[in-house]
Amino acid sequence: MTQVLEVNNLDTRFATPDGEVHAVNDVSFHIDEGESVGVVGESGSGKTQVFLSVMGLLAKNGQATGSVRYRGKEILGLPARELNRIRGVTLSMIFQDPMTSLNPYLRISRQMTEVLVEHKGFDEQAARRRSIELLDRVGIPSAKDRFDLYPHEFSGGMRQRVMIAMALLCEPDLLIADEPTTALDVTIQAQILELMADLKRDFGTAIIMITHDLGVVAGLCDRVMVMYAGRVVETGAVRDIFYRPQHPYTLGLLNSMPRLDEKGVSALATIPGQPPNLQALPPGCAYQERCPFVFDRCRREEPALRAPAGEGRAKACHLESLPAERPKAEAPA
Amino acid sequence: MSATLLSVRDLKVHFDVRVGGILAGRYKPLKAVDGVSFDLQAGETLGIVGESGCGKSTLGRAILRLIEPSAGRTVWLGQDLAALDPKAMRARRQDMQIIFQDPLASLNPRMTVGEIIAEPLRTFEPGIGRKAVKARVKDMMAKVGLLPQMINRYPHEFSGGQCQRIGIARAMVLGPKLIVCDEPVSALDVSIQAQIVNLLMRLQQEFGLSLLFISHDLSVVRHISHRIMVLYLGRVMEIADREAIYARPRHPYTKALISAVPIPDPDKEQAKRRLVLQGDLPSPLAPPSGCVFRTRCPKATELCARETPPLEPDGSGDPHLVACHHWRE
Repeated sequence: MTQVLEVNNLDTRFATPDGEVHAVNDVSFHIDEGESVGVVGESGSGKTQVFLSVMGLLAKNGQATGSVRYRGKEILGLPARELNRIRGVTLSMIFQDPMTSLNPYLRISRQMTEVLVEHKGFDEQAARRRSIELLDRVGIPSAKDRFDLYPHEFSGGMRQRVMIAMALLCEPDLLIADEPTTALDVTIQAQILELMADLKRDFGTAIIMITHDLGVVAGLCDRVMVMYAGRVVETGAVRDIFYRPQHPYTLGLLNSMPRLDEKGVSALATIPGQPPNLQALPPGCAYQERCPFVFDRCRREEPALRAPAGEGRAKACHLESLPAERPKAEAPA
Repeated sequence: MSATLLSVRDLKVHFDVRVGGILAGRYKPLKAVDGVSFDLQAGETLGIVGESGCGKSTLGRAILRLIEPSAGRTVWLGQDLAALDPKAMRARRQDMQIIFQDPLASLNPRMTVGEIIAEPLRTFEPGIGRKAVKARVKDMMAKVGLLPQMINRYPHEFSGGQCQRIGIARAMVLGPKLIVCDEPVSALDVSIQAQIVNLLMRLQQEFGLSLLFISHDLSVVRHISHRIMVLYLGRVMEIADREAIYARPRHPYTKALISAVPIPDPDKEQAKRRLVLQGDLPSPLAPPSGCVFRTRCPKATELCARETPPLEPDGSGDPHLVACHHWRE
């Protein structure tokens, strides 16, 4: 399989008045053609910043170092003009809130045809036809009649469909979706997830799904990357991660989710405490304060991402394997 | 769990919304809550689920009279709340409190945690001395998992989960019988969400509280509630015990909602046949005739457009009510 995207030793720093924030720390991963990878983590885990760095969309005070290769070509730090030949063409990103990513002053038609005219050299008529085709494809009813509406005339779910259609205009080979369904109701979320699964099947688009919802990942993704405090703490095939988690944080996340398919238990397992402050990470493992398995070495030495658990997976933890029984960590509820 | 604490009958909240032009505009009723009835027992948690715009928050507020209901009765321990004058109503509020979705926005940024939690005490028990207030505040902070030495800090110094604990302490300090929880964990991360859910369940057991738990997250609602009510466009679609509603959902909308929730289990999730609803929620200003769900319902017939289905028992002998013409099919 060919790698579409390969990221090595990515570091992202933000200069703030209170000091430097280490948002992304030494992140490496790759994604193959047609693959879908879930990126899971809580707010502040750096999951969005990794991909904003990849796309060259960091805020002004942000600085990314390391290597980002798109089909073998280094794209990190390219000037905007060169990046624009890739961004939105073969590498597309959609965001959580479609209203803030669409221009409220321009009709949908204008925003869509512009992309095709600019990047693909379509004439106006052909661009219109192709755009309407795609709106149909993503399930906008009577797309032709709604083509000349403004973004506010669409509902949230419809706007997200428009965003997806726009992202697909140039037939990208990688679609990065940053919490695309978080702002939507469950029934609308189901529609959008169904659509993304179709796209993966029909177009062979590689998909990166950034989310905090493990359920979304379970349905759509082949591989999962779990992030905590700006680092990848575990990565592996989706069934390995869900059925045989090897990092204490992954296990904690899975246990703390109430599940619709299981009878209610008296209390949910919790992860005690709060995520750490990225400006003042403790020495050693960032998860140490919340980890029920913590031992001396975790406080001294930062665990590297390594593969004790077998082929195709890796974790950043000093433990060789998780004890079968979860130790009783009495959470101060 | 025996005494009925709260009894709501045919509650309606209609807002007048101006539609049309500036000069020729007229007012149209927006039926946010349209005829909701239920009973809540002491010590019980009733989960209220539905998508945005279904009226679940409005319902919670109308019960507390934070929004005046347009019609219907809310009976609190045998007393009709709508009949109370503002002063008597204020006195009743000791027993019924609310916690909100956005924990930081619901706390006054210029008050310390101690002042925030003490405010209900100063309002309702004005004679109480400073020392006694402080002792009760600290006691409450410990109960919700906040360190009592944080009493002089300000809300912005706390994380989202901790702010929600402050909100819970403020609601709990008067020893209420009912707390309306309006999406209390929706803004929190998964690991923090579990902490707050556990806290609410523990407080409920310890103090015999009743909770109205409003949420769009069916997994959380299933975990915390004894009974669950499903709302759609201001109407009750189905109401039943927790296990019954997930094991034997009767209403097509309930079925669709349940099947739409992603399950964090790759084998189950990928094998699942999802019942995907078409389209969006209709405008509440122009709700469909008859059954409000019919425009998205896979079973809709001409009867559904003509007649509003009544909320009726499903005949299982359990208190399981459903409003659908076709649930038997």
